[in-house]
Amino acid sequence: MIRLLQIEFQKLWKNKMSKFLIIISFIIPFSVLILSSIKIDFFGYFTIDLAQTGIFNFPLIWHIIPFFASYFKLFFALIVVSMIANEYSNRTIKQNLIDGLSKKEFILTKFYFILVYTLLSSLFIGIATLIIGLIHSAHTDIEVLFINSEFVAAYFFKLLGFFSFCMFVAMLIKRSAFALGTLIVIAIAEVIIYENLKWNWANDVIAENIMMFAPFTALYNLINQPIQRIVMISSPDKTNLMYDYAVHWHEIVIVCVWTFLFTYGSYILLKNRDL
Amino acid sequence: MPSTILTVNNLNKKFSSIHAVKNLSFTIEKGNVYGILGPNGSGKSTTLGIVLNVVNKTSGDFFWFNNSISTHNALKKVGAIIEHPNFYPYMTAEENLKLVCKIKGIPTAKIIEKLTLVGLIERKDSKFRSFSLGMKQRLAIASALLNDPEILILDEPTNGLDPQGIHQIRSLITKIAAEGTTILLASHLLDEVEKVCSHVVILRNGQKLYDGRVDQLIASNGFFEVMSTQKNKLIDFLKNHDAFNTVKDEGDIIKAFLNTNLEAEILNKQLLEQDIPLSHLVKRKESLEEQFLQLTNNKK
Repeated sequence: MIRLLQIEFQKLWKNKMSKFLIIISFIIPFSVLILSSIKIDFFGYFTIDLAQTGIFNFPLIWHIIPFFASYFKLFFALIVVSMIANEYSNRTIKQNLIDGLSKKEFILTKFYFILVYTLLSSLFIGIATLIIGLIHSAHTDIEVLFINSEFVAAYFFKLLGFFSFCMFVAMLIKRSAFALGTLIVIAIAEVIIYENLKWNWANDVIAENIMMFAPFTALYNLINQPIQRIVMISSPDKTNLMYDYAVHWHEIVIVCVWTFLFTYGSYILLKNRDL
Repeated sequence: MPSTILTVNNLNKKFSSIHAVKNLSFTIEKGNVYGILGPNGSGKSTTLGIVLNVVNKTSGDFFWFNNSISTHNALKKVGAIIEHPNFYPYMTAEENLKLVCKIKGIPTAKIIEKLTLVGLIERKDSKFRSFSLGMKQRLAIASALLNDPEILILDEPTNGLDPQGIHQIRSLITKIAAEGTTILLASHLLDEVEKVCSHVVILRNGQKLYDGRVDQLIASNGFFEVMSTQKNKLIDFLKNHDAFNTVKDEGDIIKAFLNTNLEAEILNKQLLEQDIPLSHLVKRKESLEEQFLQLTNNKK
């Protein structure tokens, strides 16, 4: 495993573009986090202090930060797609196999790298959330400290699932631009089908029960939007805004099954392909 | 007893409409230099692609090293270059070779030695994308030699190179062959194969036409090229001579094909006795090219 990771790391780190994107994908979420958590004073006219709104309070912070941080996954998605498309356009995938890498190992180099990146990313998000919470939260008792921290685990599975999806589409299509386009089309198609099921073809329960198996919806369900929850905190009487935002076991299982299917599917694609 | 490096048994490859490799069988023994010959599209590259794990076979078998290890592990003991040199354009020559070492699971100690061998040591820190085709091809050879391979597989290594590049690559191959490395060289350039190979497999439309030693393929007694001012008298004499089976009049030059061995000295003497002085006399063996063209044309 270490050997395979070293191989992939060298491939990416020597490439200026991927190096830049990897660094960016770590720096941007954290700078945004830090910026948003400090009190910004506009020359005494007014101040922006997000901590005042209570969104950095435990346990809400465990939900909010992973939710917004997960949008920065797009940077690494670019890397995943291009690291596979480049192997095809440089024809180095052929050379790697001739040099003695098996097709299974080739997919594993990509998957292990995604796994390690996602682990590190989740770890950082977890630590950052904890630190920001400790600084700004109204209460920091040990009993409330880790309530809802399962959202960090959800973040991990969400990213892992998403990146394996990117890998599979890139293996299928072999070209970065078309692969990214396809991902976007699938995402939009899921929204259209979901809305049609909900309003035209059936009702919201059926829509939810069918679409929770679709890849993008499954990934989204892991960390539902926290906006309603924030609104509920500022006005607790609005009980009609109650919704199910929790991380459920079945949601994690669905995403894990997708992750497996995408990774194994990438292998099957490569195995049956003449290069 | 020579050890077998590669065995190919009844290998078949069908692309959607083309049967690219038909029932191909051959073996590669250690220490020989093999040539795979065939016109473009005869299935050479497909065959090599199959044994190198990048093309899936339709049926048949192949074994590396008597089937003692899996294909991808066997390939770690093989050095192979297929058509174009494929490396990461944004890495330097040395970095690319380091990556190959990691894939093959070998120490990086030989990188400098091999870069020196192919004459790229001064450019080791240049990016691959800045290399000329000849340099890329030489880097590919350095990469293939990193593990001191049991067998070196080269697919059209001089394709697209300028004369200087062709010369450099050829002298490299000769040098490597002289060190006793088993080589499998696919080419349509016959003089290339004739110069370095001891054995040859000839393919046409995916089928094997010949498999054996090069000198047995060129086993004829050879022929004479002669010229004389008394052309008709000369032709009559040659046609009535027991040692020749066919005589061809090719304009100025007359070609007479031998059916037994006959020295040029003796023929010259006989002709002088007949008062037919020659202005040109050469005894030649048929080249591999002529044999190859005969073979590939006959078996339609």
